[in-house]
Amino acid sequence: MKVWINGETSIEIEHAEGVGVVHFTVDDKEVAVSGGQTILEALERMDGIGNIPALCHHPAVKPYGACRICTVEVSEDGGNRFKFVAACLYPVKEGLIVKTQTEKIKKLRKGIIELLLARCPNVQRIKELADEYGVEKPRFVLGDQDCILCGLCVRACQEIIGKSAISLVNRGIYKEVAAPFYAYELSGDCIGCGDCAFVCPTGAIEMGDDGRPNLPKVKIPYAEIEAMTKKESIATS
Amino acid sequence: MVEPVRKLLEKKVESPEELENLRQSILAKRDPKRTCITVCGGTACRASGAEAVVEAFVDEIERRELQVQVSLKETGCHGFCERGPLVVIEPKKLFYQRVTPDDVEEIIDETILAGRVVERLLYTDPTTKETVTYEPDVPFYKKQTRNVFGTNGTIDPTNIEDYIAIGGYAALSKALFQMTPENIVDEVQKSGLRGRGGGGFPTGRKWQSCHEAKSKVKYVICNADEGDPGAYQDRSLLEGNPHSILEGMIIGARAIGSHQGYIYVRNEYPLAVRHARIAIEQAMDYGLLGRNILGSGFDFNITINKGGGAFVCGESSALMASLEGKVGEPKAKYVHMAEKGLWERPSLLNNVKTWANVPLIINKGADWYAQLGTQGSKGTMIFSLVGNIVNTGLVEVPMGITLRDMIFDIGGGIPEGKKFKAVQTGGPSGGCIPEQFLDTPVDFDELTKLGSMMGSGGMIVMDEDTCMVDVARYFIEFLKGESCGKCTPCREGINRMSQILSNITRGKGKPEDLDTLQDLAEVLSAGALCALGQTAANPVLSTIRYFKDEYLAHINDKKCPAGVCRELVSFSIDPEKCEGCMRCIRECPTGAVSGEKKQPHTINQDMCISCGACYDVCKFGAVIKR
Repeated sequence: MKVWINGETSIEIEHAEGVGVVHFTVDDKEVAVSGGQTILEALERMDGIGNIPALCHHPAVKPYGACRICTVEVSEDGGNRFKFVAACLYPVKEGLIVKTQTEKIKKLRKGIIELLLARCPNVQRIKELADEYGVEKPRFVLGDQDCILCGLCVRACQEIIGKSAISLVNRGIYKEVAAPFYAYELSGDCIGCGDCAFVCPTGAIEMGDDGRPNLPKVKIPYAEIEAMTKKESIATS
Repeated sequence: MVEPVRKLLEKKVESPEELENLRQSILAKRDPKRTCITVCGGTACRASGAEAVVEAFVDEIERRELQVQVSLKETGCHGFCERGPLVVIEPKKLFYQRVTPDDVEEIIDETILAGRVVERLLYTDPTTKETVTYEPDVPFYKKQTRNVFGTNGTIDPTNIEDYIAIGGYAALSKALFQMTPENIVDEVQKSGLRGRGGGGFPTGRKWQSCHEAKSKVKYVICNADEGDPGAYQDRSLLEGNPHSILEGMIIGARAIGSHQGYIYVRNEYPLAVRHARIAIEQAMDYGLLGRNILGSGFDFNITINKGGGAFVCGESSALMASLEGKVGEPKAKYVHMAEKGLWERPSLLNNVKTWANVPLIINKGADWYAQLGTQGSKGTMIFSLVGNIVNTGLVEVPMGITLRDMIFDIGGGIPEGKKFKAVQTGGPSGGCIPEQFLDTPVDFDELTKLGSMMGSGGMIVMDEDTCMVDVARYFIEFLKGESCGKCTPCREGINRMSQILSNITRGKGKPEDLDTLQDLAEVLSAGALCALGQTAANPVLSTIRYFKDEYLAHINDKKCPAGVCRELVSFSIDPEKCEGCMRCIRECPTGAVSGEKKQPHTINQDMCISCGACYDVCKFGAVIKR
C-alpha cells in the first residue's frame, strides 16, 4: 500500500507496523501515524497533507476547541456519513476518512472568519485568513478589538508557567482576558515572562514598559446596552 | 401529621422483607377512609398564596381540635397551576380551586364537619359550563396519563413513609435482589426510554456503555439544572417527589457499578434543594442510601451540588466542569461522557424526568412501559404548557398525542377567543410550529422534522397578537446572554443574529438580512462547540420557514402585522369614536395625548413612544393601532 509521509512524498509498504499505529485518509491520501493524537497534531508534522487553519491551537498547550476554524468533515463508517468536528480535538482513528477542503468546510470557515473579521478588522492574521477564504467585507457592524478570546494566553500562563495570573472572565460577548476577579492590576502572580504575548495569535497582548503584559481591552458595548434599557424603562414606567 | 414508624424501630431496613414489613406497618397505621386535606405546595400555587392557605388550615384545625379526625398535607405540584392554590380533600378527592385563606373556615365547617360541598370553590369547565366536584373528573386531568407525575399530589415530599406507602423503593429492592446489573441495563434498553432532558439519546445505550466502561470509580449524575424559559417540570418533580429520583439514581448506580452520585440543581430552586436534602437524609436513615443498601452489600451516596444559574450548565460537559469546580464551559464530547466524564471517569448523567421513569420501568417491566408512545419514543412526557393558553400547567401525556389535543383538549385552547398562531416547543433552542402542523404527533423525531425539538418539554403557546420576528429576537437575546462565549460561532454568531433581528423589529431591516441570518444559522449548526450553539438558530430558522411574510412585512413595508414592534406601530385617535373621557391623557407616560373634556383627543406623534397605554385603556375602541 502507498502511505504518504508529506504532501509530495509517498512510500510503498506492506503495512505500517508499530505499537498503536493508526491508518486513515486525509483528502484521499492514505497516512499512517501513531495513535493517541488529534487530527491536527498528526497533520502538523506532515507538510502539504490537508489544509487546516487554526487560531486557538498551540502545540505547547492542551487543545481547547474555541476558534472552530479547524473544523473538518470526518466519516467513521467508510464514507457513508460525514460529520463536522474540530480537528484540534478529534482523535485519529483507524479507517477514519478526513476531508479538510470540501465546499461545505470552506463555506463554514468563511462564515467563521467573517465573524472574526467583523470583531477584529485590523488584525493581520485574520485579514490573511479572510483573503485566503474570500471574505471581502463583513456584513456586520465592525468592531475594533484585537482579542479573539482564543484563550491561548490564559492557558499558557496556567499550563506552562503554572501561575494563572490572567483569566477569562465573564461570559458570552462580555467575555474578556483580565486579572482574575476583575482586579484592576495584575497581581504578583505575573512574573512578566511574556509567554502570553508570545503565544497570542493576533498580537493583542504586548509587553509594557513595566515588564508586564498590557492586556487587550475588550470594549464592552455599554453605551448600546444603556440606550436599550433607557428605552425600555420609559415604556414600562 | 403522622409520626414516622421508623423512629420506633430505631434500626435500618436491612432486607427486602423488612422493607415490605415496614410498608405494611405504615399502611396498617393509616386509615384509607380518614379525611386528609392536601394543599398543593408547588411553585405556582405557592406564588398564588398556597402557604397562607396551609397556615390557615393549621390554625383552624388546631382551634377546633380536629387533629384526630383530619390530617393535613402540603404536597408537591398537582399540575393545574392555572387554578391554584389547589386543595384536594381525600379520600374522595374533592377538588377546590383558587382557594384563599378566607375560604378555609368555610371548608372546615361545610365540607369537613357537615360533609357538604362548597359549590363556589368547585371548578367550572369554561367551555361546557359544567361544574366538576372530584379531581379525576376535571377535564384537564382526565385526558392525561400521569404515570410519573400523578403521585405528586398525594405524597408529602418531606416524609419518606408516604413514598414507601405507595410502593416506593420496591423497584430498588427488585433491582438489588432479583436482577443483575446486566438485567437492569437490558430492561432500560428494552423499554425504549430516551433522555428527557433535551437530546433524546437512548437512555439504555448510555447505561450500556457506562456499564461496559472499565473503571473502579464511576459517577451517577442527576441533571436538575432546568433553565428553559417557562419550564418547571424538573423543579416540580424534585420538589414533589424527590424519592422517585433518588430511587432511579440508586438503580442506575447499581446497573453501572457506581458508588457516588450527584444532584446538580439550580440554587434558584431552594425548595427543590431542601426537599432533595431531606429525602437524602431520610433515605440514609432508613438504610435505602449509603452503606449496605437494604442489606445487599451495595454502597451508594448522593451529594447535592447547587449550580450558579448559568443556562449552559444544563449541557452535560459544562455541568461536569461546574461540578469539578471549574468554569461551566462545555467541552467536545468526541469521547462520550459515559466513558470519560466527571474527573475523566465514566459518568452516567440523566435528566430528572429520565431518572423518575426508571423505578416505573423496573417495577412494571419494559414491555408495559413500551406499550405507551410511538415507534421511536416510548412512555409519557411531562410538558409545561404555558403562554397564551387557558389551562396553564404541567401535563403528562403519552408520546404521540397530537399538538391539537394537548393545546385545545387539555390546555383548553386560547383565552379571550383569540386565534392560535404558533407553539414553541423545546425551549430557546426549539422552533415555532404553526397551525397547519397541529395534528402532528408529538415525539422526538416528529418535532425534529418540523425544525423544532422535544427538548426538556417546554411548550409555549402563542396567539394571533404575537409577532414572530419579536419571538425569534427574544429567544436569540436569551441565548446571547447565556452563551458561555468559548467558541466563535456561538459567541459572535448569536450576537450578530441578535443585532440583525433587533434591527428588523425596529424597521431597519434590509432585504438581504434573511440570507445573512440563514448563513449565520449554518455556521452555528455546523461549527458551534456544544448543543446550545448548534441549535441556537432554530427559533430563527423555524420562524423564517413558517412566517416569512411577517419578516418581509417588517423589512419591506416597515410594518409589524401583529402590532407588537413599537417602532413599527403608530397610534392615532378616531375623532368619531372618542368620547373625550380623558382616560388616555392620564395614562400617557410622555404627555403625548392632549384634548379637552368631551372633545376628541389627539396624539402628538413626535412625543408618542408607541407604548400602547392609550390603546389598552380606551373603553370606546377609539385608539387606532397601525
